Amino acid sequence: MDARRESEATAMKNSTMLERKSEREMVLTRTFNGPARIVFEAWTKPELLKRWWAPKSSGMALLSCELDVRTGGKYRFEFGQDSSKSMAFFGKYIEVIPNSRLVWTNEENDEGAVTTVTFEEKGGKTLLVLHELYPSKEALDVAIAGMPEGMQETFAQLDELLATLGASVGRS
Amino acid sequence: MVQYSQTRFDVSFAALSDATRRGVLERLGRADASITELAEKFHMTLTGMKKHVGVLAQAGLVTTEKVGRVRTCKLGLRRLEEEAAWIEKYRQLWAARFDELDNVVEELKRKEKVDGRKKRE
Repeated sequence: MDARRESEATAMKNSTMLERKSEREMVLTRTFNGPARIVFEAWTKPELLKRWWAPKSSGMALLSCELDVRTGGKYRFEFGQDSSKSMAFFGKYIEVIPNSRLVWTNEENDEGAVTTVTFEEKGGKTLLVLHELYPSKEALDVAIAGMPEGMQETFAQLDELLATLGASVGRS
Repeated sequence: MVQYSQTRFDVSFAALSDATRRGVLERLGRADASITELAEKFHMTLTGMKKHVGVLAQAGLVTTEKVGRVRTCKLGLRRLEEEAAWIEKYRQLWAARFDELDNVVEELKRKEKVDGRKKRE
């Protein structure tokens, strides 16, 4: 019985929940099967962050990623196919508490959110909560209105890439 | 995805389970109306109607806007659909990131175990 329950638990993937909490807030929650210090490490070391921040399904390639994880330190991500067609995301960390809390600004536009990530460990697992606070309801509405288009473009890029890969596999 | 939609549907169905609230939606489908107008139409107190509108707004079925002292209500269905679609796409992006992060966490855990064993030896 216990063994069965355990195998069910491993078979069940931790789910990612996202909710518009208020006019200005988005809240994302996810549990990870590891202690907070490990999850925190994966968020704060560039070589680790690079491995998961631009998943294949997103169609984005991470060209560069620089992080200076300390209060007042800056970060900068560049996404794109090559450096001529890249999109940069940048800002600074305004609060860093090892293994428990990260707060950063998003300064690529005037209406960027402040992002807070908390890591809460319980029984060897970590509950991660990512909270985005936009400066106004309009700023979040604009982010929402602009996103689908951007994502469609991203998915179109992915389709292209897959077609290219498929073609080259076919040739070889 | 399932869980998110589930919550959304639950809230929507709860909002729609009441005859007065369905009536309010029907009325707003014809024209925008103030809370006072809706209260009169459905023979209710202002407070009672505010509660119903609150439930509908929570489900994204109605949006309200206050101009001066009058709160006007209108149907919010389209917005709900657009926003839900965006939220689902954004959620999928993060879900994909987090699936990759799972792998990184697993690897770091294994490494830590091996290093721990080495230290004890």
